[in-house]
Amino acid sequence: MNNSLLKLNQVETYIGQYHILQGVSFEVRKGEVTVLLGRNGAGKTTTLRTIMGLNPASKGSIVFKGEEIQTFPTYTIAKRGIGYVPEDQGIFAGLTVEENMKVAIQKDNEETAKRMEWVLELFPDLKKFWKKPGGLLSGGQKQMLSIARAYVNENELLLIDEPSKGLAPIMVEKVMDSIMQMKDQTTIVLVEQNFMMASTIGDCFYIIDDGRTVSHGTMKQLKEDEEMKRKYLGIA
Amino acid sequence: MDLFMNLALNGLATGMLIFLLAAGLTLIFGLMDVLNFAHGGLFAWGAYSGLWIYSKTDSFLIGIIGAIVTGFILGIVTEKWIIKPVYGNHVQQILITLGLMMVLSEMLKVIWGPNQLTASPPDYLKGSWEIGEINLIKYRVFIIIVGLLVFAGVQFMLKKTKIGLVVQAGVMNKEMVQALGINIQRVFMFVFMIGAGMAALGGVLLGPYSGVIHAGMGMEFAILAFIVVVIGGMGNFKGSVLAAILVGLSGSFMAYYVPDLSLAVNMLLMAVVLIIRPQGLFSAKG
Repeated sequence: MNNSLLKLNQVETYIGQYHILQGVSFEVRKGEVTVLLGRNGAGKTTTLRTIMGLNPASKGSIVFKGEEIQTFPTYTIAKRGIGYVPEDQGIFAGLTVEENMKVAIQKDNEETAKRMEWVLELFPDLKKFWKKPGGLLSGGQKQMLSIARAYVNENELLLIDEPSKGLAPIMVEKVMDSIMQMKDQTTIVLVEQNFMMASTIGDCFYIIDDGRTVSHGTMKQLKEDEEMKRKYLGIA
Repeated sequence: MDLFMNLALNGLATGMLIFLLAAGLTLIFGLMDVLNFAHGGLFAWGAYSGLWIYSKTDSFLIGIIGAIVTGFILGIVTEKWIIKPVYGNHVQQILITLGLMMVLSEMLKVIWGPNQLTASPPDYLKGSWEIGEINLIKYRVFIIIVGLLVFAGVQFMLKKTKIGLVVQAGVMNKEMVQALGINIQRVFMFVFMIGAGMAALGGVLLGPYSGVIHAGMGMEFAILAFIVVVIGGMGNFKGSVLAAILVGLSGSFMAYYVPDLSLAVNMLLMAVVLIIRPQGLFSAKG
């Protein structure tokens, strides 16, 4: 049975004159958390942005649920069922938490209401600050809101970019716990520099270096491979 | 007291007309990052088409509705065929919208002739109400009420409807709006249409207020509208109404008390605001 949800094949992306992605290939299987690892500037964020169509691919293919999506506009890709949590969280600072959620909701139906209820139980802070402008939330709360916005729709795949970035350790734990709980319900591609978090959540990994996928395997294999961790991730 | 009230009323009415033009301009800039120099042309087209429909139907209300519809249509056409190809390129935007402004003005002359046209309010809006010593000119009060209703309506739309929230979100972060599955191009067109409709409404209301309309009126008011947009904070809707009232009132009082300075006062006001708060009275990004 083909369990593939997303497949990138030799994807190349330019940003202006810069050739950022020079051949990224990986496959995401349903129900798994796939972690993209690599040093700063390796191309991990650009990979997620390319999947979303925010930095369109110039070569290669991106297949989601059997359909090539690399030429689709961003909103169509999102509607096909991919939720995106950007590195900077993308919160609408002048809108309240409630309004941020309203903007995100694509279908106002029973399923969405259920998901909303679930996500507000997962992040009680959002309920507490329901009427507070997004710009006044703490870094961790913004991250929760960004994840909640991506989750509230029936997305089959979530792309989450560095959720632990800039957060206090206690917040990192909270965010990690929430992603662990989401793991049972959706497929996730996670970009994460925090190896502890990545190795706890992830099922499999791909390493991106200089805009190319250079290695992959299960997270268990990576944990045991000291040489690879040192070479590509700078972990001694 | 009568003089003060009349100047205030005059200033408020002028402010509301500028607001109707500036509100669309500020939303278009905030959301689409487009400096639309043709916006004044839509204002002038509202004035001419509204007056023409009013003269044919003998109904001022139908004239107003006709002007708004004209604004909507011109807004959609302008966004789709003129603005869309030059998104992201400010130099091209300025050139093409300035060119469009000229075309729109010249087209008015072709259709309605080069001479200015006279306009007067309908009978039920002529004259004034006397309340004690105060004389309230009906048509000015009418303009203020229409301006406030439009402000309240757009505020309601922005705050209480999904499309309004999307417009606000788009002003703050266009990319994220798209990543949430929203077609921002449709939102752009909607905002352009609403902005053009408001400008056309301002135009049709101006005719009976000033008594005459002419093809160059769009550019004259567009300059005031740009000043208002800068003072209010580029992209901020609430800022545009406050700045428009400020510009209207200062223009009205200065024209009476220091007429020599009446033309310079708006520029001075803008300069002072820019020195104290370069981002304008209100920030655009919330």
